[in-house]
Order: sequence, then C-alpha cells, then structure tokens
Amino acid sequence: MDALPEFALVRATTLEEMIGVRARHPDSRLLGGGTDLVVNIRRGILAPPVLIDVNDVAELRAIRADARSLEIGAAVKLAEVAAHEEVMRHYPVVAQAAGFIAGPTHRNMGTVGGNLCLDTRCLFYNQSEWWRAANHHCLKTTGEVCHVAPKSRGVCFATFSGDLAPALLTLNAEVDLAGPAGKRTIALENLYIGYARQDRPITESDGDGKYYLSLRPGEFVTAVRAGNTAGLRSAYDKVRIRRSIEYPVTGVAVALRRQGDVLADLRVAFTGTNPRPVLLKGTAELCGGPLEGRVFDGLDALVRDQIMSMKTTFTPGHYRRRVAGVLARRLVARLFAG
Amino acid sequence: MARILELVLNGRRRVDAVPDNLLLLDYLREVVGLTGTKTGCDGGECGACTVLVDDQPRLSCLTLAASVNGQGVDTVESLAQDGRLSAVQRGFHEKLGSQCGYCTPGFIMASAGLLRRNPHPSDQDIRAALGSNICRCTGYVKIIEAVKYAAELHAGGVAP
Repeated sequence: MDALPEFALVRATTLEEMIGVRARHPDSRLLGGGTDLVVNIRRGILAPPVLIDVNDVAELRAIRADARSLEIGAAVKLAEVAAHEEVMRHYPVVAQAAGFIAGPTHRNMGTVGGNLCLDTRCLFYNQSEWWRAANHHCLKTTGEVCHVAPKSRGVCFATFSGDLAPALLTLNAEVDLAGPAGKRTIALENLYIGYARQDRPITESDGDGKYYLSLRPGEFVTAVRAGNTAGLRSAYDKVRIRRSIEYPVTGVAVALRRQGDVLADLRVAFTGTNPRPVLLKGTAELCGGPLEGRVFDGLDALVRDQIMSMKTTFTPGHYRRRVAGVLARRLVARLFAG
Repeated sequence: MARILELVLNGRRRVDAVPDNLLLLDYLREVVGLTGTKTGCDGGECGACTVLVDDQPRLSCLTLAASVNGQGVDTVESLAQDGRLSAVQRGFHEKLGSQCGYCTPGFIMASAGLLRRNPHPSDQDIRAALGSNICRCTGYVKIIEAVKYAAELHAGGVAP
C-alpha cells in the first residue's frame, strides 16, 4: 500500500507560511493538483521530503479579468480559467489554452502555477524506475548521457509542454514570484531558460531541459498578470495523438492586430517543441503589409530557425516542427480573417 | 507523519488517522474497504479511479487522502439507494455501456458529476466530460448512449 515514499505534508493557508516552509526546506515541492508531481513521485523520479499543499492559500486562489488586465493566482484551477467568462471574452487565447490541457478531470485538479512550471518531459524521463534503470537513467535524473542526443555534452533536451505559457507569452505577461529572499516580478519570458545551448555553460539565465526555470532556491510563482491591447485577436490550437489527456505534439498561440487590410502586430508562441516555450523572434518584421505569401513564408522561416524539436516524444522532431508551422499559419489566417 | 482525516464519505461522516503519503485511492480501497473504485494505470491517464470530491470528478490515484480533509467524497458505492440503481448505473446497465467493467466505476462517476452540474447535456458535453476516461472495450458509442439515457431517466426523477 506504500505507493508513495515517505514525506511530510504541510497544508499551508497563507503565503507567509509557504515562504517560511520553503526557507526551511528548499528541496520541498509545491502540491497543487498533483497531476504531474504525484506521477513523478510514484515513478521514483522525485522524492521530496516535504510537500506543501497550496490549495488552501486564499492569496493564490484569486482570478480577476476585465477589459484592461488579467491576473490569475498560481493555485487557481485550470478548469476555472477555461470557463471564466471575462477571460474567454477578453483573453481568449488563455481560456482556450487552459481548455486544451489534459482532460476535464485533470483540469479540475491542475493549477495555473503547476502548468506554468510544468516539468519538462522526455521519452527517457517519464518512465518507471525499472525502465529508466534498464536504460542507465538519463541526464535529467542521475544518468550521464542525454539519450536523445548522446553527443550533447551535458545538455538535456527534455521538452516543455505547458499550454498556458505560450498563450500568456503572446500577451507579454509577467509573473509574480515569492521566496525566502523576497518577492519580485519578472517577464514570463524570462522565467524560461531552457535554451539548451551546447556552446554556453548552464547559468541562472541560460539552462536546458533539466534547468528550465530561472527560479531561485525556494522561490515559486504566486500569480501571472497581463495587460490587454485594444483590437488584439488571439487564439490557441494544439495537436496531440488523441484529442484528450495526451501531451502536445505541438501547441501554438497567436495574437495579432489587423488595421484595415494591414497586419499591424503579430506574436506567435509554441509549446511541446523546445525545452522552453518559444515566443517567436522576428515576427515584427512580417507586419506592416497585407497578409500575403511573404508573411507565411517568413513565418515558416522563423519556425524553421527557432523551433528545435528533438526525439523526446513518440512523434519525431521534424514532424512536430512541421505541425508547428502549419498550426501557426492556420491560426494567423483565421484570426486575420476575423 | 500521520494526521486525522475527517470527511463525508458517501454521505456519512467519517474520521480516520492517515499517513501523509496515503493516496485517496488506497484509502478508499484498503482502509475503508470500498473496492468499487478501481486502480487502473496508476498514473492519472485512464480515469478508472475517478471519484467525486465536492461533486467534482477527481483522480483518486493522484490525490492525497489528507488533502480531502473537510470535503465530501462520493464513490460508485454511493449511487444505488435501497438496492435501486441510480440513473447513470441503469444507463450503463441497460444500454450496454459496460463490457469488461473495469473502467466502468470511473465512467459512472465522471458521468454522475456531469449530470449533477448539467442535467441536460448535449452529445458534445458528454464527450467532453468523459475526456479523462479511457475504455479499451466499447469504443465509447455505447457509453455515450448510456449517459444520454441516464440524462433522460434523471429528467424523469431518478437520482443521477
């Protein structure tokens, strides 16, 4: 009956209490829905000595959305975001992304903070203990080689697959962080450091599939915030092997503005491809004219350069990159048409 | 560490001492002895362990027993009253929504949760609500018919 290793559970009720426990136990983990964390504990991937249940921390359960801005606490359930009328109306890309996560029961459990900080995934990582042991483990756990890229020289290529991150990246979101060293706010884009560059050492701002968040010791996400832009159209789409539960082949968020027949603004972000959610660089250069072949060709080129899918899932990397490009084209065309 | 767990299980208040690392699934099956809730994939992928926590479907294989303290938990054993099947149970029974039966308690609880919040679901509502459950026998057509029939029974006054 001991499905889980021993740990102490702390049912926190205030943010201050959480910060205190994090200071005393930097290797503790926050428990929201447990839809990813408990699975990884069961598989022997993680063995945190302390779990902090965040579901009773009222400060993290607030959600506020209107025509001007959006603020969602880290412990808000994904189902709540997906069904929130004001989020659907003013920030459709966020509500749609939340509605695409896993299945309905998972969304009743999983939280916004958990999805934003979702552990990166890989064929060689999300496996049972005996499976991983039989394969000499991998770089993301205790092994010495990345089985996806054996010549990676210490770089892990596990893939980020959270759906909320790309949606919020297209809205220039910020995240509020708290920890033993204090509180701070950073751009959501700077939370993700999974660049997986083999020519640069791993630092606090430059990581890989294993070190994929810029959080400092004991630090955690408390809320995510975004402003609205007048006239912005946004949407999310996702392809997976089956239409429910499964992690993405690729998820794509697009936000754009149209002025007359001119594409005035374009932001495109992806998940399920790289060790971080990727906000495509260079889309501003595609704007300023009508939506024509030049824009789509330019989009394809940006996807080709910046989407780096490896063999970390059942679908091959080149297929995921193709899907990413196609989904982005479709969304851009659909949103522009209105 | 162990702690006192107080909950309302299938409508009756109950108090137990549970270890922190005890899963709700194991609590229900091993401590309480309610084996209607099934252990399937054991990793949150199949939905066989679905129970209702405060009327919301939840995966008991990924939920700590201690975390439902103060809440109401309903398992498949709660549905039949005085030997009479509930609307969803009758739907699955009469419309052949169950074959080997292993996934059935999870499907039934996810469906009961749906009818409690939406007594008149469309086909699309039913499909969406059952998206966290997997059946390897039926191909889902009979299951969806079962839930539609259950909604009709429920509209006629049978508890979901």
